Amino acid sequence: MPSSLLLRCALALLSLAASSPALARDMRAGGKMLLTGGVSSVEGAAGGGLATWSLIAGNETKDGIGAKAHVTYLALPDFDLTTGGVAIGIKDRVELSYARQRFDTRAAGAALGLGRGFTFAQDIYGLKLRVIGDAVYDQDKLLPQISIGVQHKRANRGAVIRAIGGRHTAGTDFYVAATKVLLSRSLVLDATLRVTKANQLGLLGFGGDRRDAYRPQFEGSAGVLLARNLLVGAEFRTRPSNLGFAREQHGADLFAAWSLSKNVAVTAAYADLGDIATVQDQRGLFLSLQGSL
Amino acid sequence: MISLFLAALLAPQATLQEDPVEPYVQRDANAGAKPFAGHAMLDAFHGRAGIDRVVDDLVARNVADPRISDIFKAQDLVRLRRTLKEQFCYILGGGCAYTGRDMASSHKDLGLQVADFNALVDNLQKAMNAEKVSYWAQNRLLAKLAPMKRTTVVR
Ligand code: HEM
Repeated sequence: MPSSLLLRCALALLSLAASSPALARDMRAGGKMLLTGGVSSVEGAAGGGLATWSLIAGNETKDGIGAKAHVTYLALPDFDLTTGGVAIGIKDRVELSYARQRFDTRAAGAALGLGRGFTFAQDIYGLKLRVIGDAVYDQDKLLPQISIGVQHKRANRGAVIRAIGGRHTAGTDFYVAATKVLLSRSLVLDATLRVTKANQLGLLGFGGDRRDAYRPQFEGSAGVLLARNLLVGAEFRTRPSNLGFAREQHGADLFAAWSLSKNVAVTAAYADLGDIATVQDQRGLFLSLQGSL
Repeated sequence: MISLFLAALLAPQATLQEDPVEPYVQRDANAGAKPFAGHAMLDAFHGRAGIDRVVDDLVARNVADPRISDIFKAQDLVRLRRTLKEQFCYILGGGCAYTGRDMASSHKDLGLQVADFNALVDNLQKAMNAEKVSYWAQNRLLAKLAPMKRTTVVR
């Protein structure tokens, strides 16, 4: 996890003068420590599984541009959610991300009157800026790494969204994320505050008949590094409940993120998303594969 | 047989030779971190003998590592091994005095980048693994070293 694991590649130019060889090098590939790029959250930004972290995606340091791609599959009893996306980390300062989520209602679609296998989808465009602090190196300070970000989401099922009481098919989330690696305790901690109107991450639109206002929500992760390439932990995420027809509940998961190499990581989780669109107890397995540079 | 014996006898003198350095004030604070209290960390590194093995292995890995080997060319590795052993021993609570220079002045001309720092950490982790230092104890030492990125990385 903090992982990003990974990612460093080759490096480039070597020395001219023996006395100061490094001066001959400038932009270079790779170089971040394992998992310090985080894994990919379901919304495409570097994070845990459910929570977005302040870490910048990819394996690059302030001297390079890194990238990460992911595919995630969450199998719930009555639905599945598939996400794929890419993120670019620029100089360990700015992160641009794109993700597409596809939510398959399978048989429940028929029960909900949408038709069997009806799918909702959305595109998520993210921008994250690291503001202060360094999650990994500032081990002598309590200050975490803090980033601010926006996620603009565009859902594809406007007619259904309006029929169930949703107010908008597009929306923008704003967040501030604080992440700290506590090496002396082998812990990775994150707390993120997000203001959002999104219903089921945005797949069911934004705002609703019960409420159509931005509300602050919390998402957080706590994990322990068991080995250099293995982080296990838990996450929690609150969500607004804007739609009258179905209450939306908090989400939680238990996860393990394992970086197989500098460039490849896998996250497996058991996630509990509560009731979704009146269908109860949606708990299931989450599997994510990530490649990073 | 005789030549081997002679080599063993002569080699230490030859390799223990250090180059002179500009005068500086010697103090433990030059180590750049406060030592751990108690014996737990020293034990985790298998005492001073273990620290010596980790440092020798670290320097050998750095010199052989294409990512950073050039930075170590034409450097005084005899002095580097000695001062690194002192520094680790001091930080790990082994009761050594640190007699080397501070981190900022000893790295200021090397032009180090973050990736160099991380490559060295990578090698240190491998050296600690080879010594079978627990991952937990490794991270505790790394927590002391990580902030030195600010004083050693100049670019
Ligand atoms: C936590 C990080 C580091 C620690 C604790 C550390 C420790 C030391 C110590 C104790 C010395 C000797 C000081 C003296 O001669 O008085 C030294 C010198 C040196 N270090 Fe580091 N160092 C670190 C990072 C790095 C990195 C990242 C590199 C390069 C990749 C590096 C390359 C060197 C070199 C080449 C010298 C010899 C410089 C000279 O003799 O002029 N160091 N370091």
